[in-house]
Amino acid sequence: MDLSAINPVILIAALISAATPILLAATGELVVERAGVLNLGVEGMMITGAVCGFIISVNTGSPAIGFVMAAVGGATLSLLFAFLTQVALANQVASGLALTLFGLGISSLMGQNYVGIKPPRMPDVNFGPLSDIPVLGAILFSHDPIVYVGLLIVAGVWTTLKFTRAGLILRAVGENHDAAHALGYKVKRIRTLAIMFGGACAGMGGAYISLIRVPQWTEGMTAGVGWIALALVVFASWKPWRVLLGAYLFGGITQLQLNLQGAGVAIPVEYLAMSPYIVTIVVLVILSADKSRAPGSLGRIFHASQ
Amino acid sequence: MPLAGANTYGEVHMKFTKLMTGAALALGLATAAVAEDKTKVGFVFVGPVGDGGWTYEHNKGRLAVEEAFGDKVETVFVESVAEGPDSERVMTEMALNGADLIFTTSFGYMDPTINVAAKFPNVKFEHATGYKQADNVSVYSARFYEGRAIQGHIAGKMTKSNIVGYIASFPIPEVIRGINSAYIHAKKVNPDVEFKIIWAYTWFDPAKEADAAKVLIEQGADVVLQHTDSTAPQAAAQDAGNVITFGQASDMGQYGPLPRVSSIIDDWAPYYIARTQAVMDGTWTSTSTWDGIGAGMVGIGEISDAVPADVKAEALALKASLADGSYHAFTGPLNKADGSAWLAAGETANDGDLAGMGFYVEGITAEIPK
Repeated sequence: MDLSAINPVILIAALISAATPILLAATGELVVERAGVLNLGVEGMMITGAVCGFIISVNTGSPAIGFVMAAVGGATLSLLFAFLTQVALANQVASGLALTLFGLGISSLMGQNYVGIKPPRMPDVNFGPLSDIPVLGAILFSHDPIVYVGLLIVAGVWTTLKFTRAGLILRAVGENHDAAHALGYKVKRIRTLAIMFGGACAGMGGAYISLIRVPQWTEGMTAGVGWIALALVVFASWKPWRVLLGAYLFGGITQLQLNLQGAGVAIPVEYLAMSPYIVTIVVLVILSADKSRAPGSLGRIFHASQ
Repeated sequence: MPLAGANTYGEVHMKFTKLMTGAALALGLATAAVAEDKTKVGFVFVGPVGDGGWTYEHNKGRLAVEEAFGDKVETVFVESVAEGPDSERVMTEMALNGADLIFTTSFGYMDPTINVAAKFPNVKFEHATGYKQADNVSVYSARFYEGRAIQGHIAGKMTKSNIVGYIASFPIPEVIRGINSAYIHAKKVNPDVEFKIIWAYTWFDPAKEADAAKVLIEQGADVVLQHTDSTAPQAAAQDAGNVITFGQASDMGQYGPLPRVSSIIDDWAPYYIARTQAVMDGTWTSTSTWDGIGAGMVGIGEISDAVPADVKAEALALKASLADGSYHAFTGPLNKADGSAWLAAGETANDGDLAGMGFYVEGITAEIPK
């Protein structure tokens, strides 16, 4: 065993980066669920965002445009879900699963000619002298812009939901859509916007995997991250900062267990491999002892006649 | 495009959507009403056909079968099928829908294949990399460890940090054989070499594979070997610079000449064609096939110019001696990691020992997960 091979600073910096796709997707889904919609298509929107962002980045040479188009791609795909569930009043669970299937299929179709290509690299944000601060500089000030965008989105979602009128309306729609409708709020419009926001976030999360974390296009490359994001929203009791905590815990322990394996620590590998799931769930379940509950109208279909 | 043709259910993806797979299978086959005299060959894949590695090569074998027999054969496949009970359902669907021959192409399909085969005595099954046979179940695999010997030799010669990283998938004999073979041959040319092994517990998860590669590189490895299916570790090594890798299961030539300096290429096409022919002729019997470099089932991708000429020449000589059988990758004296004797000087490992290999050779300090 050689623990000195593990550099804690690099470990923490790596966890922040590793957690970003889950963080983005889960935050988007949190907004969708707070509006009372259960979209199980996160995985499909992520992989679609991953391929859209990849194709656009390779063709334009600009990862920034790639991320924007990944968000657009994810949001566009989510419109399909919005149509099915808000207009056609289809079952949300089935529509969400269909969206995942569809996203996986269309992304492998779109990505066929992009296997084995190296995307342009997104440079890290230049913080000048800040990044030279020992320890903190490497942990906080040495990332690509999307890491900070992800944190800003979490902060923005929290602020909006807690302090603004728009957030209050969104929550009202999610808690009791009949009451919100009676008050004159456009339930379907608000939900559609929330679904699109969720799609955009998931798309960016997917593009983070294909453009920064791996970086390459391989079909099916999100490999289940979307489902972890979905679970995280529930375990985080629909609260943005807990989503952040959960994502960092999950990303952090995943990194830590890989590092421990590399260093040859004498903990059986199977326990290490399952540790990210167990620790994340345990911590978030303990935190949710404050009786947080799901939005009242979550997953229910709304029609103005009822 | 591999998805084209009558096999509409090839587009079914993804582990978590297994619920839908059955329905989609039934739908796909309902629309694909075909003449009875065609031989129908099914393939169950563990990853997507576009993984660029393991499943990609199996799918190439499937396409070669179509090419070879044209109208006389119809192939169907389902990709990204999780190992375990779900694969049993996919195989059952295939058998119910008239497949004559089914190739199940991952170790974890072993028991499901045996179970389903017992229910369909008239359907022939071929299970890759396992060891359980039945009257209508053949097993086939390639001696990948021969390729690993060459990788180990190049790795031992080229590492400057003397740390070789190894991304392993699951603790099964095939993977352990590969680690042992690579280690033995690296150690032979470089007594100071050390292996760091990370178990990813997945065959295909690009993000996790990339993370594992980054961790190994961060901990000093300048050679990364992988026994997972995607090209993500290659991309991670390219990003890090000054790290060499080897293509796994497929050439992964797009990452050459650096980091990818060579590769193990699986060539399943001749075997798939021969077995399909045997079903057509009615001569199919349950067999156990284990071919290596000599028979062409294991190919060694071109060794790039990043490898010094003398090392390349040695690697090619090693390849030749493995191919003609004059050298065996597991030749004594070799001890097990616990210090007990395994092979005496000059003795070579028998196939039984290799097939069930559950121990590291002496010198590897890690523990094998149980």
